[in-house]
Amino acid sequence: MDIKIQEVALNRSPSSPAASPPGEPSAVRQFLLSRGTSAGPDRAFALVMLISALSIFAIVALIATELVLRSQLSLHKFGIGFFFGSAWDPVTGEFGALPFIYGTLVSSLVALLIAVPLSIGLAVFLTEMCPRWLRSPLAFLTELLAAIPSVVYGLWAVFVLVPLLREHVNPILGETLGWSGFFTGPNYGIGMLAAGVILAIMILPIISSLTREVMIAVPHAQREAVLALGATRWEMIRMGVLRNARIGIVGAVILGLGRALGETMAVTMVIGNRPEIAKSLFAPGYSMASVIANEFSEASDDLYLSALIEIGLALFLVTIVVNAIARLLVWVVTRGAPLQVA
Amino acid sequence: MATTPAVYRNSRSNSVTRMVTDHVFTGLALLSTVLVVAPLVAIFCYLLYKGASSLNLAFFTQIPQPVGEPGGGMANAIFGSGLLLAVGSLLGVPVGIASGIFLAEFGRGTMLANAVRFTADVLNGVPSIVMGISVYSLIVLPQKHFSAFSGGVALGIMMIPTITRTTEEMLATVPNAVREAALGLGVPAWRSVLSITLRTASPGIITGCMLAFARVAGETAPLLFTAFGNNFWSHNLNEPIAALPLQIYVYAISPYDDWHRLAWAGSLVLIVLIVISVALVRFVASRGTLKANT
Repeated sequence: MDIKIQEVALNRSPSSPAASPPGEPSAVRQFLLSRGTSAGPDRAFALVMLISALSIFAIVALIATELVLRSQLSLHKFGIGFFFGSAWDPVTGEFGALPFIYGTLVSSLVALLIAVPLSIGLAVFLTEMCPRWLRSPLAFLTELLAAIPSVVYGLWAVFVLVPLLREHVNPILGETLGWSGFFTGPNYGIGMLAAGVILAIMILPIISSLTREVMIAVPHAQREAVLALGATRWEMIRMGVLRNARIGIVGAVILGLGRALGETMAVTMVIGNRPEIAKSLFAPGYSMASVIANEFSEASDDLYLSALIEIGLALFLVTIVVNAIARLLVWVVTRGAPLQVA
Repeated sequence: MATTPAVYRNSRSNSVTRMVTDHVFTGLALLSTVLVVAPLVAIFCYLLYKGASSLNLAFFTQIPQPVGEPGGGMANAIFGSGLLLAVGSLLGVPVGIASGIFLAEFGRGTMLANAVRFTADVLNGVPSIVMGISVYSLIVLPQKHFSAFSGGVALGIMMIPTITRTTEEMLATVPNAVREAALGLGVPAWRSVLSITLRTASPGIITGCMLAFARVAGETAPLLFTAFGNNFWSHNLNEPIAALPLQIYVYAISPYDDWHRLAWAGSLVLIVLIVISVALVRFVASRGTLKANT
C-alpha cells in the first residue's frame, strides 16, 4: 500500500487548479475513492444529484408537451394559416396570430435599433476609455438597471415616458420624419414606439454587459499591435477590438433580442393592446406576450384558450432557437469561458 | 521651394481626419454612456420622489380598500410575496444546487452534463409569461382553482437555472487539493462534497441564490394565472394569494389616482428589497472570494 501511494505521488504532484480541471478524477483521487467503505452512501448521493439534474430535462419536456397538448384544438383547426391570419375574433371563433407576431417583431426591432448602438458605445467606454475609478460604479449602475422588475418599468413608462413621447418627442418626429410614413397618424403616446423605447431600456444592460465581457476577452496583444502601428485610439478599438469581438457582439445582440421577444408586463402596459397592423410607429399594436397576459384569464371557450396557448408555444420555440444561436456565438468567442447572465 | 511635398501634405490632412474621427467616436461613446445612465437616474429619482411621498405606515399594515375609500395598503401583498418566494426557494434552491453539484462533481465533461447545461440555458430563456401558462395548465387546470402553491412552483422553476449555473461555476473554482485533502483524511465522498467543497464555495453559491431570488421577486407574468391575486389576507397555499408585483400591475393600469400612488409606493418597496439583496450579494461576493485561487 505504502509503495503504491509513493508511486502515485511521484507521478503526479498535488494537482494545481490550473493543471487539471476540477472534478476530473486525478490518480490520487481515484485511489482515495477506491479505498473507501462508503460506496453505498456515495452512490446514493450521486444518484440524488443526478435526479435533480435530470429534473431540469423533465421540466422543459413538461412545458413543451403541455403547450403542444393544450394547443391541439387550434393547431388542428387553423393549421399553419394561424400564423398568417390577421382576424382575431373570439365571438365568431376566428383566430389569426399575425398582428401579434408583427407587434412583437416590430417593437423588438425598434428596441434593438435604439439599444445596440448605445450598449456598444457604453461597452467601448467602459472597457477602453473609462477612468478606473468610474468603472465599477458605472458597471454597478447598469447592473441595477437589469434588476428593476418589468412591472416597475411599465409603471414608469405609463406615467413618465408616454407623456414625454406624446408632448415632446412625437411631434418633432412627426414633423421631421413624417414623410417616411413611420411617424404619422394620431399621437396617443402609447403605441409601438413607446413599447420599443421601454424595451430598449430593458435590454440595454444585458447587451452591454455581454459585449463588455467579449471585449475584455480580446487579448491585449491585439490592442498593442494596432497601437504600435500608429493607430489612434478609435482605430485601435475598431480594428483591434470590435473586429475581433464582432461574433460575440452579435451573440449578445441576439440574446437581447430573445429577452425583448418574451418581455410581457412593460410592453402590455404601453403598446396600446389593439390587434391591428399599422405602418406608423405611433399606432397602437399588440404583442404575443401581451395578448396572453391580457386575454388568457377571460378566454371563455376551449378554442380561444387553445389559440392563446398556441401563441405561447410559438413564443417558446422562437426564444429557444434565438437563445441557442446567441449562446453558440458567445461561446465561440469566449471559448466556453463561463458566462453570467442573470 | 516653400511648398511642401504632396505626399507629406496628403498624410497630414489624413492624420487630421483621423484625429477628428477619433474625437468624434470618443464623444459618441461618452454620449451613449450618458444616454444609458440618464433613464436609470430618471427612473430612480422619480420612483423615490413618487414612492416616498405616498409611503406611510398604513401601506405596511392595511389591506387594499375599495375605490374611493382613503388609506389602504399592501400588507397582504407583501406577506403574499414572501410566502410565494418561500415556496419558490424551497423548490428552486435545493434542486438548483443539487444540479450544480452534479454538473461540477459528477458529470464534468460528459455529454449528459453538456445536455443539462444547455437545457438549463433554454429554461433560463423561456419567457416568464410562457412559464405562467405552462404552470397554469400543469397545476391550476387539474386542480380547478388558482393557488399560492402554483405561483410558488412557477417562481421556483424560474430560479433553478441561475442557481444551477452559479453553483457549478463556484464549485469549479475550488482547488482539487481541497477535495483530495478531505478524501485523504478518510471522509466519505458525499460528506466531502457537502461539508468541504460546497462549504468552500458557499459565498459564491449564496450570491447565485440571491441573484435568482432578486430576479423572481419582481416577476409578475408567471403569477397572473397562478397566484392570481387576492384583496384579502390569505395564508392558505390552496387559495389565490396577493403578490406585490401583481398588485402594482393592477393598480398601475387602474384609472384612479389613489391607486396610482399605492402602485408607486409598492414599486419603491419592491425596488428597495431587490437593491438591498443585490448590494448584499456584491458585499458577500467581495468579502468571500477564494483567496487560494486568485
